Amino acid sequence: MSALRELYEEVILDHNRNPRNYPKRPPGTNHSAKGHNPLCGDEVAIHLSVKDGVIEDIGFEGDGCAISTASASMLTEALKGKNAEEARALFARVHGLLTEGEDPEVAIATLGKLAVLGGVKDYPMRVKCATLAWHTMMAALEGDETATSE
Amino acid sequence: MASNPTPTRPLGHDDPYDVEAIRRDFPALHQEVNGHRLAYLDNGATSQKPRAVIDALTRFYENDNANVHRGVHTLSERATLAYEAVRGKVQHFLGAADEREVVFVRGTTEGINLVARCHVRPRLEPGDEIIVSEMEHHSNIVPWQILCQETGARLRVIPIDDDGALVLERFHEMLSSRTRFVSLVHVANSLGTVNPVRAIIEAAHAEGVTVMLDGAQSAPHMPLDVQALDCDFFAFSSHKVLGPTGIGALYGKRALLEEMPPYQGGGDMIRTVSFEETTYAEVPLKFEAGTPNIADTIALGTALGYLQSVGLDRVAAHEQALLEYATEALAAIDGVRLIGTAPRKAGILSFVVSGVHAHDVGTILDSCGVAVRTGHHCTQPVMARFGVPATTRASLALYNNRDDTDALVAGLYRVKEIFKR
Repeated sequence: MSALRELYEEVILDHNRNPRNYPKRPPGTNHSAKGHNPLCGDEVAIHLSVKDGVIEDIGFEGDGCAISTASASMLTEALKGKNAEEARALFARVHGLLTEGEDPEVAIATLGKLAVLGGVKDYPMRVKCATLAWHTMMAALEGDETATSE
Repeated sequence: MASNPTPTRPLGHDDPYDVEAIRRDFPALHQEVNGHRLAYLDNGATSQKPRAVIDALTRFYENDNANVHRGVHTLSERATLAYEAVRGKVQHFLGAADEREVVFVRGTTEGINLVARCHVRPRLEPGDEIIVSEMEHHSNIVPWQILCQETGARLRVIPIDDDGALVLERFHEMLSSRTRFVSLVHVANSLGTVNPVRAIIEAAHAEGVTVMLDGAQSAPHMPLDVQALDCDFFAFSSHKVLGPTGIGALYGKRALLEEMPPYQGGGDMIRTVSFEETTYAEVPLKFEAGTPNIADTIALGTALGYLQSVGLDRVAAHEQALLEYATEALAAIDGVRLIGTAPRKAGILSFVVSGVHAHDVGTILDSCGVAVRTGHHCTQPVMARFGVPATTRASLALYNNRDDTDALVAGLYRVKEIFKR
């Protein structure tokens, strides 16, 4: 039950109840992608307004479980103001946290709030719920129109 | 061979239904999951297997393993006799007139595809129509869409009402001289609705239209009689009727099977082969190219014997009583909405919890030892019809008891507690 508490941390429940930058398509959006998890049918759309290489504004749309909604919500908070390079680096960090795991203290020190996503790693069937928004954000940044969590 | 094992069920049909005795026959039920007694309520996806079925597989591989329909040696003879004996068991299970009406396939999906390819495809002209319903599994939608794309035929869909029952008037309206085929689910996997298939078949036959039933969810839960139903085709999967995965059966009326072309080419489906001319084997071998799934077929025979020794009428009554008990308990939970409330239902409880996505419900229930299915259940049109992205589905089997559904209810209160709903 303690692992379950970790999965449904207060931070995750809060972002699920009150998703930030949702539903939102910022004016000036010039990068968008739709993500689809074929296993469960969940869909998310990520919209970025990028100016001079910097993510000036960001929002998302779609319906998903608490894990995917919270992950997308936290993503939008974490990436606002970052440049493309920083966004890629953060994607790699979060992806590693979700698929390979890392020491919780290191994760908290370097990823801050996003470290709560580390709890998902113990639920292999749920990892794709958490990675979907991040894959979709990368697809938007790279100019692809769709992404999947596969 | 050591003859096919007789099911161990000691019950006579007059004895009271002893669910605890049945549970003892299923090894997988007796385990803890996440520190809780397992409540296995995902039978719509696949059923657990009784010891007799697991033993039948082991016994075949340990004693009788050989290829079938060839070879004169003792093992090949044992394997062939045991394998072919299952045709008669499936015939008996379905109430078919002749064991040659039983074609072994990989499962319901392959059964539908075989009928689509060999019975329906040769009859289709542009503008012809095939009728399915809004509550079909994707496996009874996509094969027909493929045929329609190939031929210019059109797919018509019988709508469902707010309870998840067919709107029959609409079926009667769309049935016409253009209709070539009707393919309908007998029991809907995401709603539990039991369809009035007898009336539909009668109406279709009056127009000279043949009908297939997808029996994946009806075969495990009710007595079947394909002759009384008068369906032209019926398919089911072994793994949902206590048997192994990878095998199933297609029933087809013999006259229809006779006029159908082969499904796949290969060994076992031929009589003679030369480069000038090949002649095909008789029905049903004509449809069974290649070495079949011998061991799993034999174990399917054991599974059907087990179900019949308990008695499908008794299974249906037990599940119906448990369904009523669980439906009442779920309906009493604030924020739980049942999807699928048709007057005639089999043991399936599909529901949504207000404000909580089905995947989160499923993960929390699993932490309580309760196994359910979450998602769209391969019925995305049903999800769209009810305006939900996904549901949680608890599906009952002959070995479920009130402890199982009580654990489900307790788990749902835990979901509400964690999500503060």
